[in-house]
Amino acid sequence: MITAFIHQFSSAKSFVNITEKLYPFFLIVGVSMLILGWTWGLLFAPQDAVQGNSYRIIFLHVPSVIFAELIYFFMAVCALMHLVWRVKLAAYLIKSAAPIGAMITFMGLLSGSIWGIPTWGTWWQWDARITSTLILFIMYLGILTLHGSFSNLEKADRLMSILVVIGVVNIPIIKKSVDWWSTLHQPASISVSGGSSIDPSMLYPLLISVIGLGFTLIALGILSSRSYIFTREKNKKWILEHV
Amino acid sequence: MLQARKNRLWKLIIILFLSAGGIALILFSLNSKLDLFYTPSEMLQAELKSGYRIKLGGMVKNGSIKRDGTIIKFQVTDFVKEVPVTFDGIPPDLFKEDSGVVALGYFINGMFEAEEIFAKHDENYMPPELYMEEDKV
Repeated sequence: MITAFIHQFSSAKSFVNITEKLYPFFLIVGVSMLILGWTWGLLFAPQDAVQGNSYRIIFLHVPSVIFAELIYFFMAVCALMHLVWRVKLAAYLIKSAAPIGAMITFMGLLSGSIWGIPTWGTWWQWDARITSTLILFIMYLGILTLHGSFSNLEKADRLMSILVVIGVVNIPIIKKSVDWWSTLHQPASISVSGGSSIDPSMLYPLLISVIGLGFTLIALGILSSRSYIFTREKNKKWILEHV
Repeated sequence: MLQARKNRLWKLIIILFLSAGGIALILFSLNSKLDLFYTPSEMLQAELKSGYRIKLGGMVKNGSIKRDGTIIKFQVTDFVKEVPVTFDGIPPDLFKEDSGVVALGYFINGMFEAEEIFAKHDENYMPPELYMEEDKV
């Protein structure tokens, strides 16, 4: 039964059909929550006692780096599906999620650097948190380059998936880097268990921005994966019917 | 599960295990070299060759900042040991007493001569009114 379920939802055809209906929902909810979260955060949330107004870049920085890591984790799950169950759709999803992951990791690094100038007094230090995030960015680029360097696309899919699995080791390192080593970057403000050292008046707009960016990125992912599916399966009969 | 799939899953687990193991070995052997800075206790214990540029990190000791023109003198503490620091220049805005600091420079005869100073802030964010109340308690 599980196999039947996987086969049903792992076909590119049903993915295209389902996401076609879901896309407007994710886009509208995501963008409106982003607008709400960022307006609230930038205009109405109070200043920070120590950092003044410069802390407000948190509403861009924290959502970006959260999804920089989550997208990689999603790609690793897809790599498992592709390598063990030979699900083609999973490889398509990795290939189309990687540019989005690279973009959002770059946003995280950029916003962190901009934040560092007024608060730390430097835009870059080779501390464990910043360096491991830079490695994540390079992993995304490496995954795309590896896939692009094969003319045999099936082989490219498989090797790309193996590289994704190898690189997933970096994710817990990024997460724990501020605890394992001394860094310029401060420890985590929000923990998975629910604790937070951010005042609620700043935390609510931050959480809304995180959810908003997540939905927006899912909408972007749907767009990019659909266009990639169309190029990869352009000779299939169902594509011709669909278009 | 199909035998072929089982084999592929095992191969994948082995790949993951080996890459995690390899990276763990690298990280363990580098260990404290991945730290950004020395704490005052580490700096006083370590046999440092003078002439190497290093980083010192910790808290700025309360009441220790003394300004003389553009020259700033203060003590960096980890609440066990302290190292005196001199710095000539403009520190970042967040540099203040009872707050985190990282200094880049040379450790010469028990005195740290900083070339650059970075401020380290903590993970707490709150409006100014709450901060004032907390200070009173």
